[in-house]
Amino acid sequence: MRYMLLIHAAEEIYAKMSEAEMGQLMAGYGRFTTELEAAGALLGGERLQDVENATTVRVRGGKTEVTDGPFAETKEQFGGYYMIEAKDLDEAIAWAAKVPCSANGCVEVRPIWEMEPA
Amino acid sequence: MGNGACLIESPDAVPEGSGGRSQPDSPWRAQIEAVFRREHASILATLVRRCGGDFFQAEDLLAEAFARALEVWPRQGMPDRPAAWIQTVAQRRRIDQQRQRGSSEELSPDHSGASVFPSEPDEAFAGEDDRLRLIFTCCHPALDREARVALTLQALCGLTAQEIARAYLTRTTTMSQRLVRAKRKIRQAGVPYRVPTGEEVAPRLATVLRVLYLVFNEGYSATEGDDLLRHELAEEAIALTGQLCEWLPQEPDVRGLHALMRLQHARRWARTTPDGDWVGLAEQDRSLWDRAAVIAATGDLEEVLREAPPGPYTLQAAIAAVHAEAPRAEDTDWEQIVALYDRLLLVDPSPVVELNRLVAVAQHRGAEEALRQWDQRVDASALDGYLYLHATYGELLAQVGRSAEAREAFQKALYHAENRAERRLLLRKLAQLGPTEGG
Repeated sequence: MRYMLLIHAAEEIYAKMSEAEMGQLMAGYGRFTTELEAAGALLGGERLQDVENATTVRVRGGKTEVTDGPFAETKEQFGGYYMIEAKDLDEAIAWAAKVPCSANGCVEVRPIWEMEPA
Repeated sequence: MGNGACLIESPDAVPEGSGGRSQPDSPWRAQIEAVFRREHASILATLVRRCGGDFFQAEDLLAEAFARALEVWPRQGMPDRPAAWIQTVAQRRRIDQQRQRGSSEELSPDHSGASVFPSEPDEAFAGEDDRLRLIFTCCHPALDREARVALTLQALCGLTAQEIARAYLTRTTTMSQRLVRAKRKIRQAGVPYRVPTGEEVAPRLATVLRVLYLVFNEGYSATEGDDLLRHELAEEAIALTGQLCEWLPQEPDVRGLHALMRLQHARRWARTTPDGDWVGLAEQDRSLWDRAAVIAATGDLEEVLREAPPGPYTLQAAIAAVHAEAPRAEDTDWEQIVALYDRLLLVDPSPVVELNRLVAVAQHRGAEEALRQWDQRVDASALDGYLYLHATYGELLAQVGRSAEAREAFQKALYHAENRAERRLLLRKLAQLGPTEGG
């Protein structure tokens, strides 16, 4: 099955990190990505820029409404994702627990809505 | 529970009146329902595996096979192995359905294929593994906590959504929706149908045991509602835990939990008055305790304690056993109970255990000593909404004559009381403190 690992964490944590700590975190992500790749489980993944660069778009009554910021103010922000291939939810959970930010933020595991072949 | 009620309907369905496939008074119906009750878990467990983890399909097949039994058995007589008959009919139907869909490649979540007919002598061996898979899946941490309890009662104890709803004082439709949602998540999110291995075992088993203990405790903590039903819920939990002991003999804390449940259940007739008021351990009429059950459970517990370092449930069972062996409340070996709580805090620390320990300390060395330890050991903020915290504090303060503070604590407890029995007990405590000083 394909799963999306949605990584959420409080951005302020990163703002407060020293350069060395940030380097460690990034190295952690590097190792994690390599491990996913080696297991043949990596389908994709990106880090997003901070929510201060987010723009939210809604179309209402045919009009495009654009607002600054994320769609909802939350304590933890969506900051990146991995798309993985896993045998089942347990395997996906095991990968999620290895995402470095699961130690200070959280990772939401969502199965992909697979389209039935037409 | 469930004597004759709608067992053979599709499990989540709300029963519609009395209209069934056969006459409700048929002696066959009762017999077939007895088979259903007894064999439900093992048949369903195997079917879920064959359906690749799809509970909906497995339950439909099971319901169809039982409906078929209602037609065939009255004509041809009860088969020698009714469970194998049901299993075979369901399995044949599953294969038919797959053929109709024309996808032969899907034929193998297992390798049973068509060769299983007419019956499988080795089914009994596979059955145990399947029931373990079933219980671990029903108690999977990715499912909502209440849904785990409901799903366990439905899949493993054969209760209908209606019966579970009655036990939990919810509407049948609410309970059905909860069950459907959980089964859908199992299918859609890929919750696996397997017994965890290696490092996963300990946390996953802890989840299973918590669900079983929750099922058991719900029999007691819901103070409104049907007494008999609640005792039966507790007994379902005891029976299922007993089976789990056999399936997982290498896990001593399962046996600890089994002993704990039986020790607590032995006190069931003494814990409430005929009016439904709570009776504390100290005031219980100990002649009402089920002595035979206490002796059996204590014997098992001693065996567990000899074999392995005790887990959290085994320690709680040991505490219950110390209470059980005291002929009168004043004979209780409080020193040993405090020591057991100290060990419990090492393996499974929690504010509730801390609180219970202090109650034992008060008994052993007096309320003054317990109050002295209170501030450093109890995190009141973590338990502020917890009635028992305030009630216990009030009790200790009352014992040392600090009536005004005791009154305040009891009033806080009253604020958090959720049912009539709790409120009445607290009002009694407040009345015992006497009139408010200074008017």
